[in-house]
Amino acid sequence: MDYALESLIKIAIVLGVIITTVAYVVLAERKVSAYIQNRLGPNRVGPWGLLQPLADGLKFILKEDVIPNHVNKAIYLIAPAAILVPALMGFAVVPFGDTLMVVGREVQLIISDADIGVLYILAVSSLGVYGVVLGGWASNNKYALMGGVRASAQMISYELSLGLSLIGVLMIAESLKLSDVVNLQATGTVLGVLPAWFVFNQPIACLVFMVSVFAETNRLPFDLPEAEQELVAGYHAEYSSMKFAMFFMAEYAHMITASALIATLFFGGWHLPGVDPTDSSFALSVLKVLVFAVKTAFFLFVFIWVRWTVPRFRYDQVMRLGWKYLLPLALLNVLLTGLYLTLNR
Amino acid sequence: MLLDYANVLLFLSVGSFFIVFNLFLGSLFRPDNPDPEKLSTYECGEEPVGGSWIQFNIRFYVVALDFIIFDVEVVLLYPWAVVAQEFGWYGFGVAFVFIFILLLGLAFAWKKGTLEWVRPKVDRFRDTMTRPLVEEAA
Repeated sequence: MDYALESLIKIAIVLGVIITTVAYVVLAERKVSAYIQNRLGPNRVGPWGLLQPLADGLKFILKEDVIPNHVNKAIYLIAPAAILVPALMGFAVVPFGDTLMVVGREVQLIISDADIGVLYILAVSSLGVYGVVLGGWASNNKYALMGGVRASAQMISYELSLGLSLIGVLMIAESLKLSDVVNLQATGTVLGVLPAWFVFNQPIACLVFMVSVFAETNRLPFDLPEAEQELVAGYHAEYSSMKFAMFFMAEYAHMITASALIATLFFGGWHLPGVDPTDSSFALSVLKVLVFAVKTAFFLFVFIWVRWTVPRFRYDQVMRLGWKYLLPLALLNVLLTGLYLTLNR
Repeated sequence: MLLDYANVLLFLSVGSFFIVFNLFLGSLFRPDNPDPEKLSTYECGEEPVGGSWIQFNIRFYVVALDFIIFDVEVVLLYPWAVVAQEFGWYGFGVAFVFIFILLLGLAFAWKKGTLEWVRPKVDRFRDTMTRPLVEEAA
């Protein structure tokens, strides 16, 4: 019973934090883009626009929900949930800290430390493509259909490089468990000075993973599925009110999960160089959670930064990059890592 | 062990509840006054011509086929990756042969032009039957 209560509290906190972060990443995106373009950004609602997410949320709830006549209604209604749920679910296996002593209980700061964590993440994140395709198809709108078809081809193409890039990491970690992957990075060094983070062990994998994740989340420079200038909004063109908000939240939730994964898999998760990873005193445990949050926030910033810096690719360029560069590069990384590990056995 | 997955299930139900609750909350407050204009297909103010479920480019389908082949490869490589250090040269050799065979598949798709997205040049004076599905980009 205690265990169930503990899980429920963890889940409530994590979901709450993710939803709040989604709201504030939207504000951060608008603010950062404004500063990049030498504007002020939202600054009317609250000091420095800090209450803007609340106003947005309220507006989404109060807006009329138009369900056009021509849509396939059942699938049209399922699609927003089908995209938001997988985007949130990925976070279930990400360790956001080590352990924390709360009222005499040692709580592991991860919702589910599943043995097949990495496999689970790949499985769940690829479910997101269903929401996009179903939403695009059920809308019965030419823009939406084109967006949905493009998105599916793009997402499945980059999923290959995404999966292959992680194989090098797994070969070193010898485990699919994310807590094992983090613990391994918290011990030892690379070349005697750098922490044993996988970004230093597996630089090619890190590069391929980051590029693929940008394509998976449909973010610029890979936002072909919703290319505003040609497809108005792509697969969510016919959605309004709260259902539109769900597509919107899904994109940002996906970004948060992706940033957390980059931090966990390649940048040591909660590990901070110079801090004893085995020490689980209260202050240090909180510090580890903060370290993880800062790393995740940094990669969220990179997502936004790239969006407002790099122009959109053409579709043939997207496909060429995925199939002709990233895929062979990821395969090469697997072979090189295998060769290295076998030689140094 | 199984409790780990019970947690995932719990996470799923709480997440789904959040979504349904939000939709329900909205339905209490939001206005509902549809009219024919509002419910018509959004096409930037134009009257839509024809249906939307049109034929799309066959190349999307070919990409999906390529994807399935390589996705199976990735899934089969995962178990090997976890024990790669134990199996040594034998395991590496087997994986190498496996990857090599699939690389042949990639090379075939590459040569065949299914990875090209540049519009094929249609030569109306040539016999269309002898033309490959997708021509090499110039």
